[in-house]
Amino acid sequence: MKRVSRREFIKKLSGVVILSGIKTSSFISFILSTFKYGKNKWGMVIDISKCIGCGKCVEACKKENNVPLEPFYFRTWIERYMIFEDGEVYVESQNGGMDGFKKLNPAKKIAKSFFVPKLCNQCEEPPCVQVCPVGATYETEDGVVLVDKKYCIGCGYCVQACPYGARYFHPETKTPDKCTFCYHRIKKGLLPACVTVCPTSSRIFGKIDDPESPVYKILKKYPVQVLKPALRTHPKVYYKEMDMEVR
Amino acid sequence: MSGELQHLYEVLKYVQGFIYPNEIELRWSILIVLYPYITGLVAGAFILASLEKVFEVRDVRPTYRLALLTALAFLIGAPLPLLFHITHPLRGFEILLTPHTSSAMAVFGFVYLWYLMAILLIEIWLEYRKEIVAWSKETKGIKRVIYKILALGVSEVTEEAEEFDKRFGKFVAIVGIPSAVLLHGYVGFIFGSVKANPWWSSVIMPVIFLFSAMVSGIALVLFLYMIISYIRGEKPDIPCLDAMAKYLLYSIIIDFSLEMLDLGQRFYEAEEFFDMFTVLIKGKLFISLFIIQILIGAVIPMLILGYLRIFKTSDTTKRFWYFLTSLMVLVGIFATRWNVVIGGQLFSKSLRGLTIYKLQLIGREGVYIAIGVLLIPFFILLILLLILPPWKEEKKKIP
Repeated sequence: MKRVSRREFIKKLSGVVILSGIKTSSFISFILSTFKYGKNKWGMVIDISKCIGCGKCVEACKKENNVPLEPFYFRTWIERYMIFEDGEVYVESQNGGMDGFKKLNPAKKIAKSFFVPKLCNQCEEPPCVQVCPVGATYETEDGVVLVDKKYCIGCGYCVQACPYGARYFHPETKTPDKCTFCYHRIKKGLLPACVTVCPTSSRIFGKIDDPESPVYKILKKYPVQVLKPALRTHPKVYYKEMDMEVR
Repeated sequence: MSGELQHLYEVLKYVQGFIYPNEIELRWSILIVLYPYITGLVAGAFILASLEKVFEVRDVRPTYRLALLTALAFLIGAPLPLLFHITHPLRGFEILLTPHTSSAMAVFGFVYLWYLMAILLIEIWLEYRKEIVAWSKETKGIKRVIYKILALGVSEVTEEAEEFDKRFGKFVAIVGIPSAVLLHGYVGFIFGSVKANPWWSSVIMPVIFLFSAMVSGIALVLFLYMIISYIRGEKPDIPCLDAMAKYLLYSIIIDFSLEMLDLGQRFYEAEEFFDMFTVLIKGKLFISLFIIQILIGAVIPMLILGYLRIFKTSDTTKRFWYFLTSLMVLVGIFATRWNVVIGGQLFSKSLRGLTIYKLQLIGREGVYIAIGVLLIPFFILLILLLILPPWKEEKKKIP
């Protein structure tokens, strides 16, 4: 066995101490950063009356989060609703609305038409988390539902359990993927990509329990709805000016 | 473009109405149809075996051991469709090591192991112990080694030990009944507890699964018993066939009544899902639901079995109709599983449209793999029958 001299030993030991010092300091700076883990409860308000269906949010989301461009994979998408005079409802979402929507000339008279952006509802009682057999889908302390791609076994139970169709199977990782409110961005104090690019500010993001947050102010001031409230998932994505036909 | 994408573009052409864009890919395929199908066969076969052991229905004695071995063979094969289906099978063991306690699926490993280790293996071993010990002395070569291992160090079976085996075997069989109920009731719960899916979300789903499991399990053992008797050049025992047919008929009546109750209630309540539901059952599910599941799988078998119970017929006629009925029931229950698993994914959760399921021939979840997965339990059963022949006992008793 090779003998280590006292000088060599002290050299190596000092190296370890310096390295662990760096690690510790980065850890401390993380703790002291503006992001207070567990103290934020993120939510989003979507003002349907402001959405123009341009699709910029879908495009930004795909670019930001490496979502495949094919029309089967979306972390967020836009639906166009047309309600005719006779009560018939027409809904579409060509390519998730990423390319905008073509002008239609239906034979019948349209009573009302609007766009509805959709995304993961970041439920407070998330069925996807409940059913995951290994806990790979989990809720962070600040209320965002995430997927651990390295732990997921790919059973697809979460896809079945989501009432909003918010999950798709990523063709490369072979694991489910969905909106994370751009968790990597909000941790740094940035806004989610879709909110940043929205030209009409129809997507409003913030903390739902902070009186200074725009989301908090809207929730306290205006009537809002959530999708499928009867399922008791308690979504944290709220819709302002939503029609009863939206599901 | 990859085959997977080509497939999705093809499916896109057939979408009816509006579905959420992520729903084009139907996540649970034919392999997940096979999973409850195979598990149901296990539970049903075991309950049939319990008829003899616990409820002392002596007429079904000739199929007792066959029913146990069938349950074991299919239980060993039960996780295969899941393993083929999950996209990261190497991480599959995490369900056992780090189960998420709120997940119904995570319970599978424990229910499975309990049923396999604590019930089936013990009951089979106790049933065969005396013969295994005898065979470990009579046979030579590799067979002797196998029986020596199976004997677990036992070299002699005394009368006292035999008596103990009998009593303990009965105790295990009694515990086995709630275990079998748990196994398949739990599979029904996996589907019945998904509140996002109105086609699945039903309180009586586990009960329906349980009774349909009994139907399919009894039909399978009836089918296998007749085939094996034919191969061995022996005539199947008619009182045994009659008894099995009787229990098959009772099970179908209960199962069918529950299914109709469920369907009737859905029609009567006519909730939000109703419009989509009627489009689905009148269109894409019409053949598999009304023709195969209800007509071929339940109504016709009930009429045949009812007729055979009321009117006297020759043994040959009975054998023919019993065989045909068991086959029809097996196909019918497969359709039941299909209608639950595939049917439940055909409509969009937006309740405004339908997608389709295009069954592929090749690929990880294709027809060939599915056939292979379904055949594996039969091969396992063949091996089990060679090692632990259920008919040896009868021959010995004849002189």
